[in-house]
Amino acid sequence: MDLTWSDAEDRFRNKARDWLERELAAWRARHDDRILSGDTAEGFEQHLDWERTLFEGGYAAVSWPEEHGGRGASRWEWLIFEEEYYRAGGPQRVTQNGIFLLAPTVFEFGTPEQQAHILRRMAAAEDLWCQGWSEPNAGSDLASLTCRATRDEARGGWVLNGQKTWTTRGAFCTHLFGLFRTDPDSARHKGLTYLLVPLDVDGVTVRGFGRLDGDEGFAEVFFEDAFLADDAIPGGVVLGGVGEGWSVAMATTSSERGLTLRAPGRFTATADRLVDLYRERHAAAVGSGDTDAVDPGLRDRVVQGWMKAEAYRLQTLQTVTDDAEGRSAGARSSFVKLWWSELDVELHETALDVLGAEAELDGPWSKGWQFALSGPIYAGTNEIQRNIAAERVLGLPRK
Amino acid sequence: MRFAFTDDQLAFRDAVRDLLAKECPPEVVRAAWPDGTDAHGARKGEGARADPDRVARSWTALADMGVLGIAVSEANGGLAMGAGDWVLLAEETGYVALPHPFVETACVVAPLLDSVGDPDGVVAELVAGTRQAAVVPLTGSLVPWGDAVTYLLLLDHRPSVDGPWVARRVSRGVALGNEQDEQRHLASSIDAGRHVVQLGAWASKSVVGHSDDAAMAFDRGALAVAAQLVGLGRRMLDITVDYVKERRQFGVPIGSQQAVKHHLADVAKSLEFAAPAVYAAAWAIDAGDDQASRAVSTAKALASDAARLAVRNTLQCHGAIGYTVEYDLHLYLKRAEALSRAWGDAAWHRRRVAAALGI
Repeated sequence: MDLTWSDAEDRFRNKARDWLERELAAWRARHDDRILSGDTAEGFEQHLDWERTLFEGGYAAVSWPEEHGGRGASRWEWLIFEEEYYRAGGPQRVTQNGIFLLAPTVFEFGTPEQQAHILRRMAAAEDLWCQGWSEPNAGSDLASLTCRATRDEARGGWVLNGQKTWTTRGAFCTHLFGLFRTDPDSARHKGLTYLLVPLDVDGVTVRGFGRLDGDEGFAEVFFEDAFLADDAIPGGVVLGGVGEGWSVAMATTSSERGLTLRAPGRFTATADRLVDLYRERHAAAVGSGDTDAVDPGLRDRVVQGWMKAEAYRLQTLQTVTDDAEGRSAGARSSFVKLWWSELDVELHETALDVLGAEAELDGPWSKGWQFALSGPIYAGTNEIQRNIAAERVLGLPRK
Repeated sequence: MRFAFTDDQLAFRDAVRDLLAKECPPEVVRAAWPDGTDAHGARKGEGARADPDRVARSWTALADMGVLGIAVSEANGGLAMGAGDWVLLAEETGYVALPHPFVETACVVAPLLDSVGDPDGVVAELVAGTRQAAVVPLTGSLVPWGDAVTYLLLLDHRPSVDGPWVARRVSRGVALGNEQDEQRHLASSIDAGRHVVQLGAWASKSVVGHSDDAAMAFDRGALAVAAQLVGLGRRMLDITVDYVKERRQFGVPIGSQQAVKHHLADVAKSLEFAAPAVYAAAWAIDAGDDQASRAVSTAKALASDAARLAVRNTLQCHGAIGYTVEYDLHLYLKRAEALSRAWGDAAWHRRRVAAALGI
C-alpha cells in the first residue's frame, strides 16, 4: 500500500493545473465570460471551441496513445487530470459520449483502419458522436430493441429503419453509434450489430427536444430507409462482427457505469465546493448575528457528502490498482454507478438546503441539481444496476 | 501509488481467517453469552452452544499464532507490524464476532505500552494471551469484557473536546489490581456476549505516554473497530445471501425477487465503499500522514453507517426467522449495533471530519 504520488505524477498534475487555469480563462474571455449550457445550440459551439483547445493542448483524451490524439498518460495520470479538470471548474465535455463510451469499444474491437480514422477525429472534435441505444419501447429492456438494419448486397451497405431516442446532444452531433437488429428472425440479445452511422445520410432525421432543465439535450433519431454504405466510415461501419452487437455493446456499457464516464475528481470537486459554500454561508450568518440562517444540522450532511466523495476516490484507487495488476473489477462496476449517481444528488440537495430560500433561482447549484437528478436514470437505471450487482456479485438467482 | 495489500498480508489474513472459522463458529460466540435469563427474565443467549472452554481457546489460539503481538516490537515478543497488517485481521475478528477484546488488547493497549517502554510490565502477558486489556474511550463508562480484563485504560480529551488526548490507567474500580475482583457484575446489555461491565468509582494515578501516544491509541482503536464493522457487515450479508437463495415463497427463491435483491445490493454497495476508507486510514496511520485522524474518522463513520444498514436490511430479508434467538443472525447484528457507537458513533466522527475541513 502506498497512497502517495510520484514526483513525475506531481509534475504532471502541476503542469495540467497551470494549463487549465490559463486556457480556461482564455476560453471564457473569448466568449465574453458568458458561457452557455453545452446542451444548447449556441452553447454547444462555445464548448466545441473548448474541445479544440483541449485537443491542441494534448488534453482531449490524455490516456490515449499519441498516434490517436492523446498523450499516452497512465491511468493514474488520467485520474489526476480529471481531478484537476473539475477542480479548475472545467466545463462539461460535449465530446464525452464519443471519448468515454465509444472509444473504449473502438480500442477493443475496432480494426486498425477504423481506429486510425475514428479516434483522432473524435479527439479533435471533428466528428461528434452520440449514442443510439434506447428506443421508444426499449429502455431498461434494451434487448427488446427493434431498429432494423437490412443487408443490401447490391449497393454494398445497410438499409436502416426505426427510431432511437433519449440521444444526448443528438441534435448537435455528426455521428451515431448504436445497436441495430441485422437478423430479422432474431430475438433479444441475438442478431444485433453495432453500427457506426454518419447522421448526414439521406433518410435520417434528428429532432432535438427539451430535457427537464429546459435545454435541448435530448434528441430522437428517425431512420426511414436510410442507406448506410459499408465505406461510410473508412474501415467499415460495423464495429466487431455482424451479429455480435450485444457483447460488443456491453463493453461500452461497463465503461459507462464504471469510472471512465464519471471519474471521482468530478465529485470530490463538487464536495469541496459544498464545504466552501457551507463555510461562507455559516460565516455570513454568524457575522450578521442570525445564526439560524444556516441550520447547524446541515454541517453533518455536508461532511457526509464529502466523505462519500472521498470513499469513491479511494475505491477508485483500489480499482485502478487491481486493474493494473490483472484483477478485474467485473460487475462491481455496478456499485460504482449507484454510488456516484446517488452521491451527486445528495451533494446538490445539500447545497440547495445551504442556499436556503434563494436555491430555486437559476445558478450553478440549481442547474447541477437538475442534471444530478438524471444520474440514477441514465447509463442503466439504478434499479437495473442493483439487479446486476445482486445477480453477478452476490450470486442471487435471476427471476 | 498502489492501493492493495501485499501477498504476505493477504496470506496472514487467510491464515487467521481459517483459524477463526475453526475456533470461533457461531456456537462459540453463543457460548460466550451468560447462562440463564437476564434481569428481565429473557433468555437472550439460548441456542446450541459450544463447550465454554472453547471460548477461551479462541483467544489462546490467536496468541499461539502471534496475532496478539502483531503491533508489538520484537523486543517484547511481538511481530512489529503496522496497521496495514492488522487491519485485515481486525476485520476477520469482526466477521466471526470474536468474544474477546482483540481491538483493545492487540491493536491499542499492547502497542501503546510497548511504545512507551512498558511501564507496568504487562506487555508480555498481553502478547501471550494471559492478560486482557480494555479501553474506555471518550468519557464512556462501559467496559467491554469487563469481567476478565486486568488492565484498563481511559482515553479522552482534557479538559475539553479540543484539548489534548490523555491515556490514564485505571487503578481502582473495574480493574482493581491485577486480579479479577468480585465487584464486577455484567451489565444487562443488547450484546451480552460482549460482557459489558459498568465502570463504577474509579481512580487513576498514572498517565500512560504523552498526548501524541494517546491520540494515536485512539485512532488505532477507532480504526480497528471500523474494520470489525466491515467484517460484521460482510458476515451478515453472507448469512443472508445464503438464506435468500434457499428460502422459497411463491414457488421461487426469495432472492430472485427484486425487492430482496435491492436491499442486499445496497448493503454490498455500502461495504464496497466503506472498506477502502478503512484500508486507506490504516495506510495513513502507518505513513504518519498529517490527515490520519481525518482518515480514521471517515472510515469509522462510513463503516458504522454501513453496518447499521446491514443490520436493518439483512434482518428484513430474513423475515421472522431472523428475529429469533435460535437463529445466528442476531449474534452479529447486536455486535454491529454495539460497535457502531463504540469509539465514537458516526455523528461524532463526522464532527471530527468537519473540524478537520474547517467547518
